[in-house]
Amino acid sequence: MSQPVTFRRRAVSEMGTPKPAAVGRAARRFMGKRQWAVDDFTPMEETRDRARMIRLHTLANLHRYLDQFADSVERNGGQVLWAADAAEANLLIAEVVGRKEGSLVIKSKSMVTEELDLNAHLQGEGHTVVETDLGEFIVQLAEDHPSHIIAPVMHLTRQDIGELFHKRLGIPYTDDPEQLNAVARRHLRRFFLSADVGISGVNTGIAETGSIVTVTNEGNGWLTTAAPRTHIAVMGMERLVPTFEDAATIVEVLARSATGQRLSVYTNVVSGPRRPGDPDGPDEFLVVIVDNGRSRVLSTDASEILACIRCGACLNVCPVFREVGGHAYGQVYSGPVGSVLAPGLAEFTEAADLPFASSLCGACREVCPVRIDIPKLLVHQRVRATRENDPFRWLGPGLALYGQAAKRPRVWKSLLAAGRMVGRLKGRDEWFHRLPFHAKGWTQSRDFPAPARESFRQWWKENRSGT
Amino acid sequence: MSQSMSETVQLFVTCIIDAVFPQVGRDVVEELERNGAEVEFPADQTCCGQPAYNAGHHTESTEVLLHNLEVLDRTSGTIVIPSGSCADFLIHHGPRLASGDPETAVMAERVAARIREFTSYVTEQRERASVEGTEAHDQPPTRRAFYHPSCHALRGLGLRREGESLLDSVTGVERVEIEGAEECCGFGGLFAVEMPEVSTGIMNTKLDRLEEAGVEMLVGADAACLIHLEGGLRRRENPMQVVHIASAITAGREDRR
Repeated sequence: MSQPVTFRRRAVSEMGTPKPAAVGRAARRFMGKRQWAVDDFTPMEETRDRARMIRLHTLANLHRYLDQFADSVERNGGQVLWAADAAEANLLIAEVVGRKEGSLVIKSKSMVTEELDLNAHLQGEGHTVVETDLGEFIVQLAEDHPSHIIAPVMHLTRQDIGELFHKRLGIPYTDDPEQLNAVARRHLRRFFLSADVGISGVNTGIAETGSIVTVTNEGNGWLTTAAPRTHIAVMGMERLVPTFEDAATIVEVLARSATGQRLSVYTNVVSGPRRPGDPDGPDEFLVVIVDNGRSRVLSTDASEILACIRCGACLNVCPVFREVGGHAYGQVYSGPVGSVLAPGLAEFTEAADLPFASSLCGACREVCPVRIDIPKLLVHQRVRATRENDPFRWLGPGLALYGQAAKRPRVWKSLLAAGRMVGRLKGRDEWFHRLPFHAKGWTQSRDFPAPARESFRQWWKENRSGT
Repeated sequence: MSQSMSETVQLFVTCIIDAVFPQVGRDVVEELERNGAEVEFPADQTCCGQPAYNAGHHTESTEVLLHNLEVLDRTSGTIVIPSGSCADFLIHHGPRLASGDPETAVMAERVAARIREFTSYVTEQRERASVEGTEAHDQPPTRRAFYHPSCHALRGLGLRREGESLLDSVTGVERVEIEGAEECCGFGGLFAVEMPEVSTGIMNTKLDRLEEAGVEMLVGADAACLIHLEGGLRRRENPMQVVHIASAITAGREDRR
């Protein structure tokens, strides 16, 4: 093999750990809840259609809505910072955080800051960063990476988490979720009260009002955005909708698709810094709008993937994701959406094999709240991969031969005849147990049938054709 | 059945059935004819082009596709395909791939509009002719059978009930459910050799569930998924019988004779 097939290698290594079993169980549980929430909501299908229209309309007019959003944020007394890439975003954020030496930063869940590797950057500048989302807190404690868009520790069991808390927080071992939760809450409380800066992600930005919406199931998101003096919201540049009502539509399909809830416990809308008379809120509100490859994706035929609202349903339903878990993808975004998005955001060649990590079963398309045809986009990315950095270059000659033969019936028939020869030589046992070269991948675990001694077309010609 | 019901049907048999499971093709012909169709087989057909499409090699795929569209366009009547995957490809992806040239685009749409997947067509044939698909079950069911609703038939064409009802009509078979019935079997075309370990992992999940449910007969309408699953079952030395729905129907009929 001329190229390392990195997804495959990582997948094999992940499959040798207990992680995929935990992922498979949790993902199926999520899908069960989603099904309940979808059945519970009669206008689900129309709402999905509306959510799709809102997202596609926004993408088609993205620059207009970005301008409107920035104006609205500034009108509300907030500030907008534009970052072309991860380095620039980190620089801008570090400048704000670094106004005080050794700042304490608390964070609520944000995937875009994972793209930036923001925590490492801020820590490198001498600041303390504390993740306050329970899942992200566990990830940070374990010095791990999130393996799922909304469930960062889907790959861990509660026993794993019990062990981790025992080792890192010095508490007696327990795997009782309530107790573990209480430990985390006690541990985190002091940080909420003394933090200098709160950094959050953005589920949806609203162009009309300059608000940001965050959706969480823990109070941490609200505390992060309200308690510290400074709130920095980091937003991927595509995460906008035009109006407040549109945001409500997105939140409706998001909660049902993601966690199977009618509504998440906290749907938090922040529209600028504290105003006179407000009981709480930050003195300073900044939104960092991050491109980091998104403009590039927008100009390709995989641009529809930017309509994604990050619910994670396509991961939960994906047979590949369930089998290997999120870490096998080796990228911030995993599963079907990650397999389209990651090669677009990064240098394409870095993740060129991810679009092939799919059986194209179509389950993702069926559950996507904004009806993104993910299999179609995966195939688009495969076309690009074969042109730029084909991870399966060895298939090229075979497919070229296939292409030549299958458009010439005569050649095709002689190929079939050659196949029949093999079938005859094979003798009585009609299945191969071992095949050579790359086909041995098949016979690692499966027998492969030998061609029949008489093809269908031969039988037809001899018995049925009118001549 | 009156001869006025007779309709000419073009059989696009698929490359796998042609080369590897010709008996399935003969069973398809038998069932279509039994329901009153006149079956023709356009001899210059090859393969629909899907393998190259899924691999991202769209030049090859389009050339192969166009050849077969031309072959089919020279015929008339309904085109029946005993594979949900190939049918889904020709119906949903063919027109997109052929859209480069207005004339071929129109041809692709014209051909696509004539295509029917086998279980869907037979179901309609039986309804139309009021064929007694379900003969009186005079003997108690003997074998536990599961109908695997392959992904492209299920999610691409919206078919599942059709194949299940056909299986229900087979004497001596008790159709059972398994957990995660609609989950992919892990085949995925070239995916099975590009990512063999992942493909195998998904397959094993499926095979475990078939075994847990005590399935003795695995029936489907896509020979490719069935090859993959039977290949895996053979390694497990599990004697579960794996059959295409067309063969299940015709074999069931022979049993009664």
